[in-house]
Amino acid sequence: MVDFFISPFADYMFLRRALMACMALALGCGPVGVLLVLRRMSLMGDALSHAILPGAAIGFLIGGLSLPAMGLGGFVVGFIVASLSGVISRFTILNEDASFAGFYLISLALGVLIISTQGSQVDLMHILFGTILAVDNTSLFMVTGITTFTLCILAIIYRPLLIECFDPGFLRVIGGWGGMYHFLFLVLVALNLVAAFQALGTLMALGMMMLPAVSSRLWARHVWSLFLFSSFFAVLSGYFGLLLSYHLEWPSGPSIILMAGLIYALSLLIAPFGALKRQQGRD
Amino acid sequence: MEHASSSFWNIFQKKHKVIHCETGGPPEIEIRDLTVAYPHNTVISGLTCHFNIPSLWAIVGPNGGGKSTLLRTLLGLQKPTTGKVIFRGFCPCDVAYLAQQNQLDRRFPLTVGDTIAMGLFREVGIFRRYTKEQRGKMQAALEQVGLASFAKTPLQALSGGQFQRVLFARLILQDAPVIFLDEPFTGVDTRTIADLMKLVHVWVEEKRLVIAVLHDTALVNEHFPNTLLLARQFYREGATEKVLTKTNIQSMIETSQAWEAMIGEGPHG
Repeated sequence: MVDFFISPFADYMFLRRALMACMALALGCGPVGVLLVLRRMSLMGDALSHAILPGAAIGFLIGGLSLPAMGLGGFVVGFIVASLSGVISRFTILNEDASFAGFYLISLALGVLIISTQGSQVDLMHILFGTILAVDNTSLFMVTGITTFTLCILAIIYRPLLIECFDPGFLRVIGGWGGMYHFLFLVLVALNLVAAFQALGTLMALGMMMLPAVSSRLWARHVWSLFLFSSFFAVLSGYFGLLLSYHLEWPSGPSIILMAGLIYALSLLIAPFGALKRQQGRD
Repeated sequence: MEHASSSFWNIFQKKHKVIHCETGGPPEIEIRDLTVAYPHNTVISGLTCHFNIPSLWAIVGPNGGGKSTLLRTLLGLQKPTTGKVIFRGFCPCDVAYLAQQNQLDRRFPLTVGDTIAMGLFREVGIFRRYTKEQRGKMQAALEQVGLASFAKTPLQALSGGQFQRVLFARLILQDAPVIFLDEPFTGVDTRTIADLMKLVHVWVEEKRLVIAVLHDTALVNEHFPNTLLLARQFYREGATEKVLTKTNIQSMIETSQAWEAMIGEGPHG
């Protein structure tokens, strides 16, 4: 038992670091993911996470495989792409989802191009799929810092942000600075995607946010309990994902996301608001 | 669609500074020669109209006739092309607004209590707790809409009518002198309509101005003393029995058929 569940982490420093990064990530991504789902912005999250790639690639050109450089680049470019696709959908007949899809495909292609011409195949794999086992102290500080910042901001703007999620028009009419809360929230999404990107790569960074959030929706019906469930599921998938990847020598990022997927599948089956329970009479 | 993943640019969208506030004179909303045009069509043209406070108004008209655009303009969310909106004796922040129900996600994980508490947001702000007095107000508002024991009920367990009652309770808590209702009774059962109409009459007795966009002319004839009939360039305003006449409704239908025919031919259908 102990051998299987604990000693890998006791024996290897790099696994302990990875576990810590995962847990920090889980605490921040849990609530942010829930809000993303409630605000019906999963698509925006998707676009942002892909748009991070070319930014990270530029960061990689300048600073090599260091998270702060790639993170900063990703954050900036992600934001530019998100706003550009907003502009496009505003001034053309394209819907927002169409213009997002257009933009993130371009950014994906551009990012892959930059990295594969300037770096090696291994670098590309690292950026696309993450390198949680190579987390160093700097990255660890960055991830935990982002999580702390996220939780503090969320605690401060919790009440108006929820109003903004439920009824944006209402907050605007009563003059409540709705736009600012929405903007702050987008910043938090981008920051957490940047943090998740080291662990899971740009292709799967959103997974740590969305899968636990979607699962939690099947277990709870209050926003605060959704936060708790979502973070808890994210921690679980981080831990078991790392464990699996150690014992079976699977790549760590996909293992973590697959664990989150497994939790989602189980939730669909057994959760109080899951697919099976639903048929026995709602509410 | 205002909700959904909602345009990123909404975050920069501010209230337009298009509403003029004046003091002095009896409190009212004055609309003076208002024209609102979108790039390919003019939705409101040359509208002049007064809404006194207190009074009860219905806005009636065909789809695309400018009803929602007028409300958005009065809320400061839509910029008029020409003309003026003047709020006399109150400011834009004294307006409470009930959006169309389909703009809200009824499965959002909030309780009835959480939802109506939003009505007090301006009072409590971001951090403060709700005082005992405010909790009392919330309970009273729930009783007024006939949902006294529902404070802890999740929204998703409510019927359409009950959900609308919750939103009316939120309006009660906002305690605003001017209340706009955008199609408040669409998809709501008749008993709820009757109860909520009583509440609307109470609001008017409390010296408020209530303006409701409605489709049901029978309801307007029964309850609303004043009506604004709005079909783009064609409009009539005043006492309901003088506005909702056969001739006026006939001209309204003709005007709307005229522009619908244009839309059919145009490239932007």
